[in-house]
Amino acid sequence: MELIWLIPAFPVVGFVVLVLFGRLLGKPAAGWFASAMVAGSFATTLVVFLDLLSTQSAQRVFEQKLYTWMPAGSFTATFGLMADPLSIMMCLFVTGIATLIHIYSIGYMRDDENFSKFFIYLNLFVASMLLLVLGNNLLLTFLGWEGVGLCSFLLIGFWHTDLANSSAAKKAFVANRIGDFGFMVGIFLVWVTVGSINYADIRAYAPNLAAGTATAMALLFFLGATGKSAQLPLYTWLPDAMAGPTPVSALMHAATMVTAGVYLMVRLNPILHEAGWANDVIAWVGVATALVAATIAVAQNDIKKVLAYSTVSQLGYMFLAVGTHNYVAAMFHMVTHAFFKALLFLGSGSVIVGMAHEQDMRRYGNLRKYMPITAGTFIIGWLAIAGVPPLSGFWSKDEILAGAFNAGPAGPVLWLLGLITALLTAFYMTRQVIMTFYGDEKWREDAHAEAHAGADEAAEAGDEATGAPVATAVAAVDHAHDDHHGLTPDHEPVESPWTMTFPLVVLAGFSIVAGVLNLPFSDKLERLGNWLHPVIIGEHHMPNAPVLFGLASGAITTSIVGILIGYAVYEKRKADPSKIELSVLARGWFIDESYSKFMGGPGRAFYQGVADFDSKIVDGVVNGVGKGSLGIGRLIRPAQSGIIRTYALGFGVGAVLLLVFVVTRMSL
Amino acid sequence: MLSVILQDTPIPISANPVIETPEIVWSSLAPHLILILGGILLLTLVSLLRGKAPSWFHAAWTVVVAGAALGSLWPLWSRVQEDGPQTLIAGAVGLDGFSLFVTGIICVSVILSALLLEGYLRRENLVGPEWYVLMLLSASGGVIMASANDLIVLFIGLEILSVAAYVLASMHSRRISSSEAGLKYLILGAFSSAFLLYGIAMTYGATGSTNLVRIQQFLVDTVLIKNGMLLAGFAFMIVGLGFKVAAVPFHFWAPDVYQGSPTPISGYMASGIKAAGFAGFIRVFVVTFGGTYAQQWRPMVYALAVLSLLVGAYMALIQTNVKRMLAYSSIAHAGFILIGVTVATDKGTSAALFYLLVYAFMVTGSFGVVGIIGREGDGKHSLDDYQGLGKTRPGLALIFAVFLLAQAGVPFTGGFLSKFYVINAAVAEEQYVLAVIAMVSAVIAAYLYLRIIVSMYFAGADDHGVSPEMANPPAKKVPAGAAIALGIAVFATLWLGIVPDTVTSVANEAVARLVAFQG
Amino acid sequence: MANPLSEFLRSYLSVGIFVGLSFVLFGLLMVISWALRPNRPQAGKYINYESGVDPVGSTWSQSQVRYYIFALLFVIFDVEAVFIFPWATRLEAYGTFGLIEMFAFITILILGLVYAWRKGVLKWA
Repeated sequence: MELIWLIPAFPVVGFVVLVLFGRLLGKPAAGWFASAMVAGSFATTLVVFLDLLSTQSAQRVFEQKLYTWMPAGSFTATFGLMADPLSIMMCLFVTGIATLIHIYSIGYMRDDENFSKFFIYLNLFVASMLLLVLGNNLLLTFLGWEGVGLCSFLLIGFWHTDLANSSAAKKAFVANRIGDFGFMVGIFLVWVTVGSINYADIRAYAPNLAAGTATAMALLFFLGATGKSAQLPLYTWLPDAMAGPTPVSALMHAATMVTAGVYLMVRLNPILHEAGWANDVIAWVGVATALVAATIAVAQNDIKKVLAYSTVSQLGYMFLAVGTHNYVAAMFHMVTHAFFKALLFLGSGSVIVGMAHEQDMRRYGNLRKYMPITAGTFIIGWLAIAGVPPLSGFWSKDEILAGAFNAGPAGPVLWLLGLITALLTAFYMTRQVIMTFYGDEKWREDAHAEAHAGADEAAEAGDEATGAPVATAVAAVDHAHDDHHGLTPDHEPVESPWTMTFPLVVLAGFSIVAGVLNLPFSDKLERLGNWLHPVIIGEHHMPNAPVLFGLASGAITTSIVGILIGYAVYEKRKADPSKIELSVLARGWFIDESYSKFMGGPGRAFYQGVADFDSKIVDGVVNGVGKGSLGIGRLIRPAQSGIIRTYALGFGVGAVLLLVFVVTRMSL
Repeated sequence: MLSVILQDTPIPISANPVIETPEIVWSSLAPHLILILGGILLLTLVSLLRGKAPSWFHAAWTVVVAGAALGSLWPLWSRVQEDGPQTLIAGAVGLDGFSLFVTGIICVSVILSALLLEGYLRRENLVGPEWYVLMLLSASGGVIMASANDLIVLFIGLEILSVAAYVLASMHSRRISSSEAGLKYLILGAFSSAFLLYGIAMTYGATGSTNLVRIQQFLVDTVLIKNGMLLAGFAFMIVGLGFKVAAVPFHFWAPDVYQGSPTPISGYMASGIKAAGFAGFIRVFVVTFGGTYAQQWRPMVYALAVLSLLVGAYMALIQTNVKRMLAYSSIAHAGFILIGVTVATDKGTSAALFYLLVYAFMVTGSFGVVGIIGREGDGKHSLDDYQGLGKTRPGLALIFAVFLLAQAGVPFTGGFLSKFYVINAAVAEEQYVLAVIAMVSAVIAAYLYLRIIVSMYFAGADDHGVSPEMANPPAKKVPAGAAIALGIAVFATLWLGIVPDTVTSVANEAVARLVAFQG
Repeated sequence: MANPLSEFLRSYLSVGIFVGLSFVLFGLLMVISWALRPNRPQAGKYINYESGVDPVGSTWSQSQVRYYIFALLFVIFDVEAVFIFPWATRLEAYGTFGLIEMFAFITILILGLVYAWRKGVLKWA
């Protein structure tokens, strides 16, 4: 168990070596080296895991102090790592999936000129995530938190010649900063009340927390989690973040980054246990996010955007579970989701490569003929996410929904909303599979007309980024045109190389069987629940067996109905898809746009005149906040006139104010 | 802490034919003397040699002199450790950990600025010893301020510091904005000096002494029935010192002056002069009036801190000139340091000291990069000039990004820890509102630094029609001196973020040994 | 007296008396000269008096920057004299310490003069 420091050390070494010698190693070698480092980390995790497994369940906590960082009086942050069931479980799937994604990237990025740079970022990303998970205190977690934020910023903007990419990167970074604010304040609150930020101390102290304090803490950390895990209202960056290379999307959505918020909440379950109504907030935000994101996903045409909104929706499920104290289910769904979402993303990447970097599903069709492995594995992912038993997604989703049903008086409502989401999920995933792998080979149709459709889409996208100058939209149109030049009617898709298909097959295997981790049939089969038991405070009660059975059959029916509707609409053409794909959904309920419009506040008209400068830097939600600040800044700017008289006046006014204050205090 | 009791002998006017002259321990004044003599000698030597000294000689001399002053701090530090804090020259000057620490910061700032100045002057064709002489003399004023134990000495130090700085600001004779900067600085500086002096006079009137320890003693022993004059003295001194540290609303000069001054000089102003100003602030308010009148002056400094944090960050956001952005961000940083002052605890003071040291590295480094990118004429400072820098000058862009991230407070840089300690000190005093405001300011400011980074790395050629090559014509090599300075600054910024223990413990030690009255 | 002046204000009373006297004296002299002098206005009499030479051009003329440099040097040595004079009157009282201090002061000023000399400030052309 003393080996745990090796877990983050491997990717750090990989990072350093690649920074120094990355160019020297050259094209495939650098990628293989990076993969080997992450694989080493995975192997170490396995060893530690087995070690933990061989100890008594109550003693499965191991802390390793490495060095003391920043002593500040009574307060010290020890740089320590903690191996306990929760952190090691996270490490297992983070390193496992990251390894596969690394291998996949070797194939995916093979033509990129910045090949080694990509792996530098990737290794750093994994190292940060491991630090986040393994840290034995809030501050270390925060460091990892910031680290993954920074890496995602770098990776999303990896192809930064592209304007859309760089603006997405900015959006992601700034949205995360808003969440970070909550996290930071939360840390301080913990430190002030508990007197320590070590998880062990927090856990020991938690029962003494006043309900109000615990609620405040929970909400602050939840604010941090909404930023990182893309929940309402801070989720808008995640779909935009699709601009990055596909393996990055897979890494972010499946194994790292977005799961960090869920991890944090589960890690802090002793606080949540005392937090009262904060849990309801979490549950409702979670279910609302799940529902809203699922509706938006119904009308997306970009293959990756569908998956992105789907991730937001699935994360909503996890927060629903957290909010209903159903932590085991949250972690269970995190793992299964990691498998099938990584699978789906990597599959979509394979498709995108095969289709000359076209991402519009309306130009796909019948690809199963050309890409059998990709199609087969993608279909497994589809069934898993749709919740078809016995694939993994069914088990974890069902556990969340059943748990929600039992959560107080509002439980059935939560359950119903979750069920509607499940229906939508099955529907939009079916739509995606049919549009991509079945039907006609649509790219062979008149390319010119389609190109126009694409351009319209791009213009729409440009519109969405309100405040952006027309130039953005024009650039996007140009961009769309560029892409269409790549996909010609006589294009022959081919299957991807083995470095790309191998991870698909592995992930497909896990997506099928991961349900075994936690089967509800007997206590012994609830392996995950037993494993996590020492970490979690408080009991969560599932409904009785008959109710449970009823709920499960409801869920299965819902999935099948969803799939059938999708089949009817998109394969059999029983209904006009445009009736379902409302433009209000395609444009994400206008949430992104309304943020841009209203968050600017009254200062908006004020800064409109300079919009063509600002929009280079800002667009979207967070950018609205930024613009609001700009507006305020502008209001107070006239004071800075450059005229000494004015300055001296300001000076004098300041002095007079101080004197006025003094007069109130003085005793004459 | 030791009590320093001053023999209270009235100075005879005519009765005694021999006037008592203070005994001077010259060795304890080593940093002051080295800086002053170094400056004067440089001026004399170079004027006697008349043009025979190579251009790098001035910078090298300055670095050696400031380095020697820095080196002289070690024996003095151990002297303070062993014998405790002491006063010199009849109590006018204090030798304690605090003064030595601030002296160190000022020396560091001089060394870095001198290294940056060398290449800058060659590029601008302004080579001459005067720059360095003025900088050394200004630094000596700062050191006098840092060690002043008497309000008059404090004022003299401040004037030595400022007069040289006024001239430095206007030394770029071909740039009209430089003259403008010098003139504005001079006029407003004189204005603020008047306030400070008036405040000193009132304090003297209320307490009967200008000696800080004696004032402290007086206030401990006596309850003032009428404290109006003393409080008015506080207000005026806060105006005067607030000007030096560029705290809102006495900050108006800072953006214009930082923007107009030659860039390495702006770096010196933001680091060295600010450190000296804060030394005065802390020495007068925290040490002297901290125990007795904290309730009276703290709200004023609190207001200054809040205003500086918010106005600095907000105003920085709307700038399009990077140099001006840095000026405003330096106002926000001043707000952070003022937090350390306003809590008026040892913790706050040592946090402020640590902040000043980290900030010295970050800001001289930042201005160093800005100076290099400013190109001939020192005029290319708009955000557009930074577009695509990540491609055209990757090394410089990376270094600048490190400084900006550090200023934004990203973990594992000194910038994070310095902010953390300050906020920590505020939280320890249960100043939660202040802590939250500080964090809001940090978040706003993060957006600003991000803006520069974004334009360096992500604003490509395609959205403007201007290729990065056009915006940034092929670069010249970074001058050797500047390269060394930037290397030191980057290293220190990161080092202070990763292994801060040594420095923080020194800062804590420094605060534990102060010249102060212990009743 | 019912409301005696404080000692502090009494000491200012003599100043007040002197100020009042000076005003009276000044007014008296003006009145006397006005009463005695003859009054014969001529154009030439309204020209500004400047060392007996007729003034030329406006008063806002530029002067050579050299004058300022000389003026500055003059001020420096003027200030030096201000310090040296009182020191010299009580030389013994200050002892050797005072002697050294003053030499340090003068040395610094001399070094400044050396700098000015090497810069060519002392040359007129």
